[in-house]
Amino acid sequence: MKRQGIAEALREGIAEEMTRDERVFCIGEDIGVPGGWGGAFTVTLGLSEKFPGRIIDTPIAELGFTGMAVGAAMMGMRPIADMQYGDFLFLASDQLINNAAKMRYMSGGTVKVPMVMRAPIGATGRGSQHAQSMERYFIGVPGLKVVAVSTAYDAKGMLKAAVRDDNPVMIFEHKLLYGSKGARAEPGAVDATSDIPEEDYVVPLDKAAVRREGTHVTILGWLLMAHFAAAAAEQLAKEGIEAEVIDVRSLSPIDYETIGASIRKTGRVIIVEEGPKTGGVAGEIAAGIMEHCGDALMASVVRVASADVPVPFTPILENAYRPDAVRIAEAARRLVQS
Amino acid sequence: MKTTDHPREFLLGLYHQLVLIREFEERVKFLFLEGTMPGTIHQCQGQEATAVGVCAALRSDDWITSTFRGHGHALAKGLGVQEMLDELFGATTGCCKGKGGSMHMGNMDKGMLPGIAIVAGGIPLAAGMALAFKMQKKPQVVACFFGDGAVAEGAFHEGVNMAAIWKLPVIFVCENNQYGASTRIDKVMNNTCVSDRAASYVFRGETVDGNDVLAVLDAAQRAAEECRAGTGPVLLELLTYRRTGHSRRDACHYQPKTEKEQWFARDPITRFAEKLLARGDVTEADLAAIKARIDQEITDGVERAKVAPQPTLADLTTDVLA
Repeated sequence: MKRQGIAEALREGIAEEMTRDERVFCIGEDIGVPGGWGGAFTVTLGLSEKFPGRIIDTPIAELGFTGMAVGAAMMGMRPIADMQYGDFLFLASDQLINNAAKMRYMSGGTVKVPMVMRAPIGATGRGSQHAQSMERYFIGVPGLKVVAVSTAYDAKGMLKAAVRDDNPVMIFEHKLLYGSKGARAEPGAVDATSDIPEEDYVVPLDKAAVRREGTHVTILGWLLMAHFAAAAAEQLAKEGIEAEVIDVRSLSPIDYETIGASIRKTGRVIIVEEGPKTGGVAGEIAAGIMEHCGDALMASVVRVASADVPVPFTPILENAYRPDAVRIAEAARRLVQS
Repeated sequence: MKTTDHPREFLLGLYHQLVLIREFEERVKFLFLEGTMPGTIHQCQGQEATAVGVCAALRSDDWITSTFRGHGHALAKGLGVQEMLDELFGATTGCCKGKGGSMHMGNMDKGMLPGIAIVAGGIPLAAGMALAFKMQKKPQVVACFFGDGAVAEGAFHEGVNMAAIWKLPVIFVCENNQYGASTRIDKVMNNTCVSDRAASYVFRGETVDGNDVLAVLDAAQRAAEECRAGTGPVLLELLTYRRTGHSRRDACHYQPKTEKEQWFARDPITRFAEKLLARGDVTEADLAAIKARIDQEITDGVERAKVAPQPTLADLTTDVLA
């Protein structure tokens, strides 16, 4: 057992998968440059020395290298693509949505696209174009699996599960949760370290995780919001409100079994999302809850999400944009009293 | 390249492929206009020599990527008339179980991905396939078909550039039929010589008479050898012309009459037939027999496709995930 952050855990997970299976390789920008960063958040630091020829540095060509990952995957390789910032996924989305996601269906089930796309998201002092929450754009694409990792344990286990999965899997990571060090450290970072077992393990790609049990209200979140929801729950507990916190984790498919079991217990639910309220994942989950366990609700579903604005730069506005523990706790108090 | 450089049977095989594609497309057009066949169609009458010449230069374990105009590529790569007709009729016995249709013809057992209907979308895919072959140390090549219209998309630049810097075994095959949908190439490119693009990425490009199947074959064979030797990629620009609409009921009013006449006079099948007859050991009757055999095969195929099993509603949600 050892204590690791998300960047370290991902790095170790990638290295273990590359050792286990020679078809696995990494492709992306600035991921293996000698003397470089090992990707923008150090996830692949040192791997190019360990795996010569298998950490492929590409030109700045997100559409191109994503398409190459899809092509290589169809020919029997297992690429892990690294999108330097999630926002760049818009450039790559033709290859992800039109090719990676649809090839199997269009071919009548004869094509396999076993690839992983990792992408960091989150408002982190970088203004509007290195900050968006991108997961909303991919959860409604049949043929893609979408997960979001908020702890080092999940990051490693879900990365490994994704590499071994025969489908395209998108893994969203949060810039404030990596625990990147040195010059790549993030101001305002949140501790997402975990105890990582020595032995091999995987975390399933379709199961939510109950992070804290409670009976009064269910709070759903993922990535940074799972941490903020847990912090809000700590505060609420002091006031006598026991919140059940669920890290949704698997965004496509969504685990309504775990979510539903919690709502059947609490009758109240808050969905917390970093990202504009309109057109987000929270709206989808709210509708899914109505379909799966709407009869168990004792009050309307509540969303705590960002304003419908681009991500602002100036810290005072960025903090106002991103939901925090205070806003989550306030919403919970109101909901429990309703 | 002269026809005497090849054995008679090989040449008749090429002729068979050319005529098969033409007759297949003509029958499909009829079925579509008649209203018996669902969907939309993008056809390749007039461009048969590009598909046949390139695919004849490939080995059976080499791969191709294709586009929305892929019927010719599919037949040339060895897909069967029946599996393609069945696909066009949306039957479960089609090469993609009826889930692909005209624009996404393919068969992984025959080295053809489902067609990519985003014009330059197959270019990065082909580069990635070639990257896989290189990493796996396999001697395979991939021929990536696309049209002149694709050259203006960013994916062309990104995919071609990466294939170039890593010397990947891709034959980029630009079928330059002078029009991207209805827009003439000289409206959208200052330099209409597509093969010139290769020089800026520092690899070899070549413009070839795409209506001369033997010229295409020769160029594709040389390109494949270079790719296998690790000196790829190669960009082949095959000059050709579409004898039919971009899609559906397009009557091609944007193609000037004189241009059409000039190109129609350079029809790849007529020209090849003339060359074959000039050999002395091929007769009009030989060529007529080939066409008759093909007509019968297609007629029989259409009858079977019309009654081939259609999917059930349970098929709607299968094949999404592996």
